Amino acid sequence: MTTPVKAQAAVTPQAFKSDYKPVWCPGCGDFSVLSSITKAFALLALQPENIAIVSGIGCSSRIPAYTTCYGFHGVHGRALPAATGLKLARPELTVVAAGGDGDGYSIGGNHFLHACRRNVDMTYVVMDNHVYGMTKGQPSPTTEPDWDSKLSPGGTGMRAFNPLVIALAAGANFIARGFAGDPNTTATLIAEAISAPGFSFVEVLSPCVTFRPEQREWKQMVRPAPVQSTDDPGRAARRLMTDDGMNVGVLYKGSRAAYRTAIAKAQRRPAELEEEFKI
Amino acid sequence: MASGETHGAGRPDAGGPGQGELRNSVSVAIAGSGGAGVMTAGNMLLEAAAQAGYYALMTRSSGPQIRGGEAAAMIRIATHPIDGTDDRYDLLIALDWMNINRFAAEIPLGPQSVLAGDPDQGEPPEVFVKTGARYTPVPFKAAAKKIPNGWPNMIAFGLVGALVGLAEDALVKTVQKSMKKGGDALAGSLAAVRAGIEAAAGISGVPRIGSPPPQSPRWLVTGNQAAGYGAIRGGVRFVAAYPITPATELLEWMAPALKKVGGALVQAEDELASINMILGASYGGVPALTATSGPGLSLMIESIGLGITAEVPIVIVDVMRVGPSTGIATKSEQSDVNIALYGMHGDAPHVVVAPNSVADCLMTTQWAVHLAETLQVPAIVLADQFFGQARAVVERPADVAFAGERRTATAGDEGYQRYALTESGVSPMAIPGTPGITYTADGLEHNERGTPSSQAADHIAQLEKRARKLALLDCGSHWADVEGEGDVAVITFGSCTGPVREAFARAAADGVRARLVSLRLLAPAQPARLAAALEGVRRVLVVEQNHTGQLYRFLRAEYDLPGEVSSFRRPGPLPMRPDEIHRQLIEWSRA
Ligand SMILES: Cc1ncc(C[n+]2csc(CCOP(=O)(O)OP(=O)(O)O)c2C)c(N)n1
Ligand code: SF4
Ligand SMILES: [Mg+2]
Repeated sequence: MTTPVKAQAAVTPQAFKSDYKPVWCPGCGDFSVLSSITKAFALLALQPENIAIVSGIGCSSRIPAYTTCYGFHGVHGRALPAATGLKLARPELTVVAAGGDGDGYSIGGNHFLHACRRNVDMTYVVMDNHVYGMTKGQPSPTTEPDWDSKLSPGGTGMRAFNPLVIALAAGANFIARGFAGDPNTTATLIAEAISAPGFSFVEVLSPCVTFRPEQREWKQMVRPAPVQSTDDPGRAARRLMTDDGMNVGVLYKGSRAAYRTAIAKAQRRPAELEEEFKI
Repeated sequence: MASGETHGAGRPDAGGPGQGELRNSVSVAIAGSGGAGVMTAGNMLLEAAAQAGYYALMTRSSGPQIRGGEAAAMIRIATHPIDGTDDRYDLLIALDWMNINRFAAEIPLGPQSVLAGDPDQGEPPEVFVKTGARYTPVPFKAAAKKIPNGWPNMIAFGLVGALVGLAEDALVKTVQKSMKKGGDALAGSLAAVRAGIEAAAGISGVPRIGSPPPQSPRWLVTGNQAAGYGAIRGGVRFVAAYPITPATELLEWMAPALKKVGGALVQAEDELASINMILGASYGGVPALTATSGPGLSLMIESIGLGITAEVPIVIVDVMRVGPSTGIATKSEQSDVNIALYGMHGDAPHVVVAPNSVADCLMTTQWAVHLAETLQVPAIVLADQFFGQARAVVERPADVAFAGERRTATAGDEGYQRYALTESGVSPMAIPGTPGITYTADGLEHNERGTPSSQAADHIAQLEKRARKLALLDCGSHWADVEGEGDVAVITFGSCTGPVREAFARAAADGVRARLVSLRLLAPAQPARLAAALEGVRRVLVVEQNHTGQLYRFLRAEYDLPGEVSSFRRPGPLPMRPDEIHRQLIEWSRA
């Protein structure tokens, strides 16, 4: 934009929160993920207008409008491609995609794989509650196989998906796990993810108190990852394959170059293109 | 035309001794199995026709093999601009007959036609023989063997060129241009072309093309290239897409072109991704486009609805192929009218435009970008495979400058509301990076500020806002090409337009005058404009290339058509031919 921007004062986390009242149930983990995200922005001294939060559909995907950043609340499962298009078109923006486990791993699963591969410089925050919250309690790809529900009585019988391992195998450059019950750590993880080049993936265990009340116990189960993060994908794979899903921290930080920003500098006027058609 | 002779509208003139009659349009096909080089020969014939000052159009067909199957290059050379194929082919040259019978329906021959084939490759198949076409054996392979570095396809090129009356000079120049390296290869090809020219002396009955028209600036271009160029002229700088026939060439042309003008093309993982990538890019302020065909459009539909609700401008080029499902990937059919117009769930006003010639792919796509950007709405370009993959010599399209562009909001606009209920329905869009006016674009129904809302009042207000933008569109004269007079009218669109025009020329010779309305703007419908164009019309014939009359049904739903209305339609994969439309038109005008 051509409008001159005055040097602006540092923005507090609170200033990144909009005045909309979230639709979330009281106690939902997503409240604290929202706080972590806004804290991360403040830690990085970003300005709201230079950030875009892109999401799909689900309880968690409601997050963009609860911030004062630019937001894009699209269709179910397509946050990553929308974020990719935005970042490639406007590389100077900080782009954060956010959403749920159903949105990102089920209906949007293909985009997850390819976003990891493509390694565009953006951050993806998944609020994983092992359930479809918005549609009132169906199993998601991260739900345990024997979790009983109305739609899949007795469980799906399908093995839960390990998003971190998949992200690593597909090429994500930064992989971390956070917990909604520890918003400060999550904020630093998200800030580090944003600062890391390429595609950064932060999976946040975010309890759905309404459909998975037992997830309140996660508070007792999570722990800081016992070892430092690694840049060795083989080592990271072994750790991610064998941990119980409760280790919190940066688990992998690679050095793969980010996808080259695609928009090139103009060398020719459009009218010159027609030379090749002339007889 | 009373006789069964249905070649171009030109009156036969006496040719020289042993030479065919002069016509203003000659159609030839060169066929052969994979590796025979028929596409090379066809493209060179097209280039030689251009070189010699003619208009021409080439379509192609190939067998189901991914690589190396039989192929046919079908070329029409004319003294006037052409946008379709003729009824019959004057000449079919086969370098061999392997599976060439597959092309019988696509390359119709008649008793006036000439069939030339290599006798060492066997006899011509029965389907061709029974047309009554005169068979002339030409030993392409044996002749080529005698020429060092000579190939049968170059002999065929020389033979066809000479038979249809292209100057030797134009043929030679074309060979030189296509073999810039020169050397033995060039010498061999030139010798082969000369052998072909000599062989032509022994064949009679092939019509020759009349004198070339006065010179004018012309292009040799495919519809897909023209559409890509139109998109760039319209301002598109971001493209995301997933490959699909017959849209891939459009994308392949755009990839390097965008780089040159400061844009980018990204190959997405699927069409769900490509449509959302362009939504993201356009939300970020960069005009964006994707190109696909029916199967891809089907996948994109949900997200096009998002573009409509969130008011994000995007352009989707659908190069229509035969459907439903995978259908026939390489052939034309105008059967995506329904999905383009009605595919979205909810009440979802948007723009649908359709180019009606190879050259018009440029203007119409450029216009689509303009409409999308000014109205902040998705625009679908319904292009035909026939144009997309046809390569043609066309008049250089006129430059069009569309005024107006996306209305954006200014920084710090106190009380900014993204979805404000303006009179025009268009409300200024905040572009990320602009301080003080951040908002969330939303596919959820929302209020003026963009806050999700399930209130009846907000829903109706926003529905009306989105409808108003389109209702108030002043499309000027671009909505349709309206031509001719008379109390019978044909309404058509896209690739049927050329054949309809030719049918009109023939009907005029029978004393039947008719009006043509070739719709470029399908949505929003323009009832007042069409009513004016059809004033005094007694009978309407709707012509389209699909099985169920999708355009006809749309017209009946959206318009009050005057008098009696009849539908003439048939599905692909065969292109519409002037003769079938001519017969319908005469019948309907006299009924
Ligand atoms: C195409 C489509 N299919 C289904 C839905 C219904 N739907 C809305 S949200 C959702 C699941 C959300 O689950 P998740 O992404 O885990 O988010 P959560 O609500 O748990 O935060 C589904 C199936 C939809 N909106 N769109
Ligand atoms: S249903 Fe679950 S995920 Fe959704 S808001 Fe309520 S607690 Fe949160
Ligand atoms: Mg969930």
